Amino acid sequence: MPYIANTDADRAEMLKTVGCGSIEELWKKAGIEEPAPALDEIPPGLSEFEVVSYLFKLASRNATGLVNFLGCGYYDHIIPAAVFEITSRSEFYTAYTPYQPEASQGTLQAIYEYQSAICRLTGMPAANASMYDGGTALFEAMMLAVRATRRRKAVISGSVSPILREMIRCYSSNLKIELKEVSPGDFCSNQKELAAAIDDETACVLMQYPDAFGTIEDLSMLVEQTHSKNALAVCSAYPIALAVLKTPGEMGFDIVTGEGQSLGMPLNFGGPYLGFMAVQRQLLRKMPGRIAGKAFDASGREGFVLTLQAREQHIRRAGATSNICSNENLCALSALAYLSCVGKNGLVEVAELCAAKAAFAREELIKTGKVKAPEDQQFFNEFVVELPSDASEIAGKMIDKGFAAGFPLGRYYKDRKNQLLIAVTEKRTREEIKSFANAMEAVL
Amino acid sequence: MKLVFDKGSPGRTGSSLPKMDVPDESRIPQSLRRSTKAELPEASELDVIRHFLLLSRKNFGLDTHFYPLGSCTMKYNPKFHERIAALPGFTLLHPLLPQLRRGGALTQGALEVIYETERLLSNLLGFKQFTMQPLAGAHGELTGVMLIAAHHKAAGETGRKVMLIPDSAHGTNPASAAVAGFETKEIPTDEKGNTDITALKASLDNSVAGIMLTCPNTLGLYDQNTREACNLVHEAGGLAYCDGANLNAIIGRVRPGDLGFDVMHINLHKTFSSPHGGGGPGAGPVGVADKLVPYLPISRVAKRSDGTYALEYNHDNTIGYIAPFYGNFSIILRTYAYLLTLGREGIPRISENAVLSANYVRQKLKNHFDDASRERTCMHECVFSAARQARNNVHAIDIAKALIEKGIHPPTIYFPLIVKEALMIEPTETESRETLDHFIEAMIEIAELAEENPEKFKSFPSTTPVGRLDETAAARNLDIANLAGQQ
Repeated sequence: MPYIANTDADRAEMLKTVGCGSIEELWKKAGIEEPAPALDEIPPGLSEFEVVSYLFKLASRNATGLVNFLGCGYYDHIIPAAVFEITSRSEFYTAYTPYQPEASQGTLQAIYEYQSAICRLTGMPAANASMYDGGTALFEAMMLAVRATRRRKAVISGSVSPILREMIRCYSSNLKIELKEVSPGDFCSNQKELAAAIDDETACVLMQYPDAFGTIEDLSMLVEQTHSKNALAVCSAYPIALAVLKTPGEMGFDIVTGEGQSLGMPLNFGGPYLGFMAVQRQLLRKMPGRIAGKAFDASGREGFVLTLQAREQHIRRAGATSNICSNENLCALSALAYLSCVGKNGLVEVAELCAAKAAFAREELIKTGKVKAPEDQQFFNEFVVELPSDASEIAGKMIDKGFAAGFPLGRYYKDRKNQLLIAVTEKRTREEIKSFANAMEAVL
Repeated sequence: MKLVFDKGSPGRTGSSLPKMDVPDESRIPQSLRRSTKAELPEASELDVIRHFLLLSRKNFGLDTHFYPLGSCTMKYNPKFHERIAALPGFTLLHPLLPQLRRGGALTQGALEVIYETERLLSNLLGFKQFTMQPLAGAHGELTGVMLIAAHHKAAGETGRKVMLIPDSAHGTNPASAAVAGFETKEIPTDEKGNTDITALKASLDNSVAGIMLTCPNTLGLYDQNTREACNLVHEAGGLAYCDGANLNAIIGRVRPGDLGFDVMHINLHKTFSSPHGGGGPGAGPVGVADKLVPYLPISRVAKRSDGTYALEYNHDNTIGYIAPFYGNFSIILRTYAYLLTLGREGIPRISENAVLSANYVRQKLKNHFDDASRERTCMHECVFSAARQARNNVHAIDIAKALIEKGIHPPTIYFPLIVKEALMIEPTETESRETLDHFIEAMIEIAELAEENPEKFKSFPSTTPVGRLDETAAARNLDIANLAGQQ
């Protein structure tokens, strides 16, 4: 029997110790009277080799050979092998939540370093140890704002990813929260209407940067207008873009969250990913999730502990700042390992490669003469093109040509049937981009 | 140990990136650029690797240390799962691919993994269907109680606002109920360690939305009132939720769906052996009885009559999207591998061996520590109280530190809250008898030391990179990030 160490002889001895003649007697003594269920629908066990062979086959049935221009918040970046090497250390991945600090200094120091790295990237003074993903992190940010302001209205820009907005709608459905969604402008947020939607009941304004169209815009003014109503400004940010972009901290945001997948996590068909959260100092004690902090022992040696635990569910129960317990610790370690491996200059290089290749791809597509792109869109590595017909049809045709061409925005925005959202990362070569444009020309 | 930011030197780089092969003309205006670069490490790859490998050695992990952390099911994580999860055929798959036209055909392998795991779990646990989306146990709880809310809303019973929760429950239960908009009411545990039926009856009225029971409960006991509690709540118009954190005790032996539960979350990182990751990522799929199927999150993976797999979005009564996509896919993949390996003959051996090991530990230690198992045969974990040792000023935390000194990860301490000085020990089925004996011996030595030289405990642990850290001072003088001079 794999993974069970004890032999029949061990079991016999142990049964004797506990005063039972058989396992069935043990069940009975423990209070289980029901007959054992039939497990006919469960197949018989297989050997490791057989399971590996079968799963290799399933893996090969997934078309991962497509040249990828699909992003929409989840990006195909290069991950140095060293990142996997670090997260594959089983001292890290077979440990659990570091409740015993003396036996968990590896995990705890890594969390502290991760928190520091997120602060440095976002331009914020405090961060937590992780949330599940970008969507849950944004919802938690909204609830943090609700607690901090004691107000129950949230204004959310239609330029926030529709995937994230769906999640926030779902979570808010049983809560007394008024969600005010403000339709976006052509390819950006509608700052004027957002500002007009903020009133004295508003807890927060939720923005995305770069937004769901890939657009980057200075949100400082909106942050100021938010603050003038004593509401909090919340930003969901793409961390690779923050290597070069004005930080949410510089724009004055109170809470910054985001999807951390691009920091060293594979796309993995949807997870596990990483939600990050950073806040201004005055919100720190209301923040959800775990936080590692520096501490000292009796002889003055420096170490790390989980701190401010009185906010958490295992202490505060129904009054906790969140129900989160297990978070995405190993993914946070991936992010830290990634940021350490590419480093200060490498991360900027990654971002510059993405931005330049995206700009090149857009030019190449415009050159075909069959694609229109909004002239004034300021973007990082993702942009919108207007196709002559239904973008989802065309994306389907592009799959036959070997390309995941982008995301058809009509899926979420009814009035954008012909728009395709195209993402370009540092993985894409000049040749791939050229043949992408050629293929597009051919199918249009 | 120095922080990673203090490794390396200015200008040093560990990255190896493709050259710029397109015009290097940035379109990002200066006004939208950050003023200075983020202060990240400037280190060689070796600097970074050495830093993290040295850090890893400051951890107790399951692969290096016995780790009987109660309620957490620290079982062995089969290594081939990690290899499977690293296959490019899975890792490179963009989650939006199946949402493109013709994209579904390109992700059949991944959809099969999700669908077939869902079917196996439904069969194994006695539910109609599972959603694989929840990203952790507490996220599963939240999903489960949201399904209960949706059910009452659809029936027009909007007054059902109270979730009943035993006093022995995990803190996540009341916290999850609160996040879903419920009020919580505590139900006491009776002297036998079961749900107090009299108190339950007194709490039932038309404000009750449901009850959240942990099966077996956090005393490590099989709650003999489970069926009755489910029935009573049903009669009062509520639904019964099962917290599956302790599923390892009954997997393959009892199907929670058969006991009357309407909805249940399970922890793939506990019972189903995916690694705990130092605190995640986990996964918390939720199983439901017939009546809750309409409300399950979307998207859902379905099998068509031609044997292919597809995503479904059109379910009018769904609660919506609780995760961006289909759950923590690579965790689900590991679970699938685990279930296929053990199969119908192996799965019941998990709970049998887990329960036998816990009772073996309990039997050997019950003369040395106060038994909190109410004189009953326990399930997969045994709970003791260090009350006897506490009279000598040796508390549960001191016992934990003494175990660390001996190279053993401590059990869960101070939980459940209804046991004073609780020590909650969960050995799991993957540990051998000699490991259990080593642990038992260590615990007996500790009990003896608590009698003979209680003062000695204050010096534990002395063999770790740091001694006991002052958590109170850490919370008072908060230092949670090194900002490199920023702000």
